[in-house]
Amino acid sequence: MNLRQLKQRFVLHLDPILLSGLGALLLVSLLTLYSASDGNGARVLAQLGNIAVGFVALWIIANMPLHWLMRLALPMYVLGMVLLIGVALFGDISHGARRWLNIGVANIQPSELMKIAVPLMMAWYFEKHEATLTWRNHLIAALLLVMPVALILRQPDLGTSILIAASGFFVLFLAGLSWRVIIGLLVTAAASAPFLWHALHDYQRQRILMLFDPSQDALGKGYHTIQGMIAVGSGGLLGKGYLAGTQTHLDFLPERTTDFIFAVWSEEFGFIGNLLLLGLYVFVIGRGFVITANASTYFTRLMAGSITLTFFIYTFVNIGMVTGILPVVGVPLPLVSYGGTSLLTLMLGFGVLMSIHTHQRLVKT
Amino acid sequence: MIQKVELKNNQREIHSFRQRLFIGLGFSGLLMLLLLARVFYLQVLQHEHFDTLAESNRIYVVPIVPNRGVITDRNGVVLARNYAGYTLEIMPDNIPNLDQTITEIGKLVEIKPKDLRRFRKLLAERRSLQTLPIRTRLTDEEVAQFAAQRYRFPGVELKARLFREYPYAEMTSHLLGYIGRINQQELDGLEREELAANYMGSEYIGKTGIEQYYEKVLHGVTGFEQIEVDAGGRAVRQLARTPPESGKNLTLTLDAGLQEVAVQAFGDFRGALVAIDPTNGEVLAYVSKPGYDPNLFIDGIDTESWDALNNSPDVPLNNRALRGQYPMGSTIKPFMALTGLHFEARSPDFSISDPGYYTLPGSSHQYRDWKAGGHGRVDMFKSVVVSCDTYYYGLATELGIDRIHDYLGQFGFGQRTGIDLEGEVPGLLPSTAWKMQRHKQIWYPGDTVSAGIGQGYQLATPLQMAHVTATLANDGVAYRPHLVRDVQHDTPSALQPLFDLKIPAQHIDLIKRAMVAVTHPGGTAVGSFYSATYPVAAKTGTAQVIAIKQGEKYDEKKVSEYNRDHAWFIAFAPAGQPRIALAVLAENGGHGSSTAAPIARKVLDYYLLGKRPQPLKKAAVSDTAEGD
Repeated sequence: MNLRQLKQRFVLHLDPILLSGLGALLLVSLLTLYSASDGNGARVLAQLGNIAVGFVALWIIANMPLHWLMRLALPMYVLGMVLLIGVALFGDISHGARRWLNIGVANIQPSELMKIAVPLMMAWYFEKHEATLTWRNHLIAALLLVMPVALILRQPDLGTSILIAASGFFVLFLAGLSWRVIIGLLVTAAASAPFLWHALHDYQRQRILMLFDPSQDALGKGYHTIQGMIAVGSGGLLGKGYLAGTQTHLDFLPERTTDFIFAVWSEEFGFIGNLLLLGLYVFVIGRGFVITANASTYFTRLMAGSITLTFFIYTFVNIGMVTGILPVVGVPLPLVSYGGTSLLTLMLGFGVLMSIHTHQRLVKT
Repeated sequence: MIQKVELKNNQREIHSFRQRLFIGLGFSGLLMLLLLARVFYLQVLQHEHFDTLAESNRIYVVPIVPNRGVITDRNGVVLARNYAGYTLEIMPDNIPNLDQTITEIGKLVEIKPKDLRRFRKLLAERRSLQTLPIRTRLTDEEVAQFAAQRYRFPGVELKARLFREYPYAEMTSHLLGYIGRINQQELDGLEREELAANYMGSEYIGKTGIEQYYEKVLHGVTGFEQIEVDAGGRAVRQLARTPPESGKNLTLTLDAGLQEVAVQAFGDFRGALVAIDPTNGEVLAYVSKPGYDPNLFIDGIDTESWDALNNSPDVPLNNRALRGQYPMGSTIKPFMALTGLHFEARSPDFSISDPGYYTLPGSSHQYRDWKAGGHGRVDMFKSVVVSCDTYYYGLATELGIDRIHDYLGQFGFGQRTGIDLEGEVPGLLPSTAWKMQRHKQIWYPGDTVSAGIGQGYQLATPLQMAHVTATLANDGVAYRPHLVRDVQHDTPSALQPLFDLKIPAQHIDLIKRAMVAVTHPGGTAVGSFYSATYPVAAKTGTAQVIAIKQGEKYDEKKVSEYNRDHAWFIAFAPAGQPRIALAVLAENGGHGSSTAAPIARKVLDYYLLGKRPQPLKKAAVSDTAEGD
């Protein structure tokens, strides 16, 4: 195998179109992080490390044949559930929530694993019963979804549970969940809203209340939203210029390397910058739809569709929260916010997408 | 059933999946558009609004308080000044346990019960986010001691700033007034006048006296510094600076030396003295006794000191010169004589035979002269010299109250002089119309009789008496009495007389000669002035205290003293070319000749001869400023 062949082997299972979209977003991430951390190179280097790890994970998954992936579904899901139960019983409390599990060598956050494991499990389950699909299968798949979501909601971690619930719902939806059930669910949800409200934690309720009037508590709970909106709005059409955002550089913007990084970008690059950024997301999501549409098996269609739609929801929830149309739930801006875990999960997802795309291409050719 | 499912059409399934995917795509597209619209709304439509918010986030405007103008007397003696010092101030909003913090501070810096009381009072009255002084005037050691432990006291600040100080304390209290912390009412007033911006950093405002009347001049123009701050409120850099404009210095017409002599001349008497330069209306001395220490009020007075001042039977907070209204007694006689001459009701030579009383035609009621048995033959000259009551009973009756009202009104009786102090009262010059309006009664002839000797309804303030005396001394040409001679940087306006009564020279001459004779053998004030080396024109007066004044508590030990007559004395000197005119009122001083005249003598001696009556106590600032 000469060098050229080695190179070919390396890129064989990578999708250059999707990869270029991801690369562009990761570039935005590094650029914005540098500004958000006040020129702190360490942050950028750390994120570069995260990207490297994420890319390796993506490459490995992309090169994995699909039946391997399918074989992983059940063990991953079971492991995830065990860990989630472990968290609920023995987890470390940080910031008032029990999300982390100390397994001796490292602290892990099992809910991140479930972002992949839940849709994978559900897609695998549907594939397995493809020939004999009835409403019972949908019910069981729904149970497979509800259990981890309930556990994560209890931690409490509203952001992650919303994302996992969304990813699972997309599997159900794409698997042909009857419209009657969907509408029924919506009605039930609306009817049970008061009870759900009751079940929410105080801080979660506050965040939702703040959405309606953030100025009510401008220095307290509404502070994040208000400062985020100020940063975005004051950016204007062209932005204040790179490294020149006053909200960012004078510390007014909280969580600016993580959940509120969109505000940093918006402040410095303005509406034009946001057209570019949203364009990049649309590009990545669009590519995901193309891959989904071309997926050849039931499993791959469900998996690819769920990953793509979840990635979109991820983006929508974060930007919606920073611009004040959604409550503040802890959801980072995918691929741009600082953080290794969320990046790794996302890269794994895109690895799955690439695997789906490239392996069937090979099958076809 | 199973067979049926097994026959599922793969094409149809793909079709259904694509349909679902297409719905998902549409749903994502719609939400993406929603985000875009939201971002467009924030960044393009609402940009200006959020830009303003971002700017107000980062730009902090710090007012730079101007230095308050210094007040000096006519010779440059400082009466109100600023000195740099340290205060320890507390921002109560930032302190969870105030009492404990104060106790802890007390271990480093002495906090007297008085400081604590004052702090409590300020705490009750404070505006939000205001810092309050717990201790003022820290010594250098105290500053060092606290500074070393500062980190233990978040919300407690050591502030270096300028303090107002009145070195003459009680002596100038009623004239200078004082500054104090701005209260809500004053703040509302400033907002109405749209001056609030100029007071953004100011904590003090003139409350009374010159400090109040000339507040706008003394305060100056606040400067501003724009600084960029981070979210923690730390200054990052200065963006712009507009320097403040210091308040203007005031030069008063007052002569501090004369003021000092006048205050001391009163001894233990209560009362008031106003001395005016008759040629221009400059107030040379302005005394209201007792005074109070204005330094106590600057940072808020403690309750005990306030109660002591407010409840004292001597009413030290009452500005007697400006607001005390007294019957003028016999000091009205020279003015009554001029009224008689003006209306030609009396010729100078006309004389009466004084039996020691006066009766109205058709009445047997006797209005008694102060001297039993009377003064014998009395013409106008003698009527002033011996202060003959009978003469004026008749004159007043003949003139009628309305003519008296008209002429004395021209002199300035019953009107505010227009001095540059707030709160002046007009006195009272009665007329038939006034009585009808005020008391719904007709004017009785008897009212006119007592009005002739200044014992009826008439009331005058000591300032007003000094003003009319100065007008008389200046041959009927009046100047507005004023305390400020010069405002720094302002070109003084040309001196304009208020009015000229155009009194015939022979009338003025007669009255002045008679008033000079008052200070000579045979006159009522000879006792105090026989040894004077300069000619003095004067008139004594006695105002009866008919009843205990309203608002005063009955106090057995004091009742006799507070019921004694008030003593009046008006004078000007040198009689030929008057340089000073004055009015003295000694409350409950008995006769004008015995108590008020000696006070005037000391003042005139000092002003005309430079003679100090006795060695003066040094007005030591440190003693009085603490107010212990």
